[in-house]
Amino acid sequence: MDNLKRRKIVNYVAMTLAGLCAAVGLVLLFLILYNVLVEGIGSLRLRLFTQDPAPPNLPNVGGLRCAFLGQGLLTLVASVIGVPLGVLAGTYLAEYGRNFKICRLISTLSDMAVSIPSIVIGTFAYAILVKPMKVFNGWAGAVALAIIILPIIVRTTEEMMTMVPWTLREAAFALGAPYHKVITSIVWRASMSGIFTGILLAIARVAGETAPLLFTSFNSNHFQLDMSQAVPSLTVSIYQYAASPYESWVGMAWAAAFVITVLVLFLNIMGRVIIKLKKKD
Amino acid sequence: MRVGETKNRIFKGLTAIASASVLVIVLAMLVTLIVQSLPALRHFGLVNFLTTADWNYALNNFGALRPLFGTFLSTILALIVAVPVAMGMAIFLTELCPNKLRGTIGTALELLAAIPSIIYGMWGLFILAPFLEIYFQPLVGQSLGRLPIIGSFFQAKLAGGVNIFTASMILSVMIIPFISSIAREAMAQVPPMLKESSYGLGATRWETLRHVVIPYTKMALAGGIILAMGRALGETMAVTYVIGNRHAALDSIFSPYTTITSVMANEFNEADGLKLSSLFALALILFLANFLTLSIAKRLLGGKK
Repeated sequence: MDNLKRRKIVNYVAMTLAGLCAAVGLVLLFLILYNVLVEGIGSLRLRLFTQDPAPPNLPNVGGLRCAFLGQGLLTLVASVIGVPLGVLAGTYLAEYGRNFKICRLISTLSDMAVSIPSIVIGTFAYAILVKPMKVFNGWAGAVALAIIILPIIVRTTEEMMTMVPWTLREAAFALGAPYHKVITSIVWRASMSGIFTGILLAIARVAGETAPLLFTSFNSNHFQLDMSQAVPSLTVSIYQYAASPYESWVGMAWAAAFVITVLVLFLNIMGRVIIKLKKKD
Repeated sequence: MRVGETKNRIFKGLTAIASASVLVIVLAMLVTLIVQSLPALRHFGLVNFLTTADWNYALNNFGALRPLFGTFLSTILALIVAVPVAMGMAIFLTELCPNKLRGTIGTALELLAAIPSIIYGMWGLFILAPFLEIYFQPLVGQSLGRLPIIGSFFQAKLAGGVNIFTASMILSVMIIPFISSIAREAMAQVPPMLKESSYGLGATRWETLRHVVIPYTKMALAGGIILAMGRALGETMAVTYVIGNRHAALDSIFSPYTTITSVMANEFNEADGLKLSSLFALALILFLANFLTLSIAKRLLGGKK
């Protein structure tokens, strides 16, 4: 009986510890959200979206309008490059090349490429696009972001398309449809919601990226959307403002951090909702 | 009929080119990084570069030892804190948590993992760093700091909380959701029959976990930890904010230091010549480390199936 009691106590202690760990972890993680919310909303002003950066010593002027637009432009260009390329590549891996060894290799490689540190991708973009042109430029930043998006989309597209049952394709083949028609009007449509979620999550990931932009598109304090020059960036601005000694800039960094967090979480939640809705059908 | 065939060929060609582009990009990245880091590796020699602690712009002498050690130490410290907490969380979520809350908490954790690293960095700099400096450093300094020999390594330093310990704590907060969601998934895969047999023999929850669930999932758990390690190795912004990027011998875990990513983020822009090439060599090391950790993790995670 004594032994049983001891075992029960051990069990109780272990389970309490697990509960405590969970509590500590959850509290810490929600504390981050809480701080970003409080500090961010506290310094959120309309001028953040309507004015361009101003010197820190001027009261009540200055915002990050150009940085929002610049970040949007970079993300948009990166998506225009990365999304179609990724969907097409994933399509080949799941359909035409599904039995080729080289395609298994590409698939594994994409899987690993997903976690290449983004700063390393930044150095690559620097070497091929900034060094030859001798000037920080938007294209380099967009290409770096596109390289981050690409493997994520390749993998989700491939996975989603592989999940479509073969009988569907066979039915279409039996009607005499050529393979590309089967893919575009049957397989893509069946896996659309999954692929779309993948695209949303990939965009959410690069929308908040900083490291790959630091030495590619860098940053600019002017309303400047020429992709062959340094392009203003919200995340790099956050980085510079937060590290500055000026209270007004730090406040603006919090506000911008709040906006970007809301945006990223919104994209993520959207992606999840789409998957859920699809499952209900 | 022929038109369909031609269109099919075109479509097939397009998709084939797209998928080849993935291979081309990864190879191009490898080649570019090697080519760019060659001047430094030639000048210093590979072994010498990896074992030199000096990072001196004036003398044009660059070695990777400090950034390497900083990355290694911060990752290990982060794992020491994150692994038990994440495991506890996973156990709580699979065994103790009421069903209704389980999904919500799980999703919330996954969402937290999606927050950009620059946000974690800001939080670390403004909230966590001062907190650790005021409340935690004196505590450690007066206990572990009093020990002979190793005591000096735990001495409190007042530098605004910017130090390698704070960086490790931020890293651990970032990888906790990651490890716990992998662990949770693995634990959910354990056949209920196995657990029920254990309960049937009269085992407590803890004994079932200890002797059935953990042995059954150990490969996946190890894989998850290594994945998290890979992520911590390459994490840039969060670390850069709070590490201080100081090129000097590490005298205490509460001293500013440097990591591969922080030295890159801080110094790449103004670098040229040998320094730039040395930074590329650091990037190459990270690039290779990613593929190494990933292939180990994949083997472990795939091993169970």
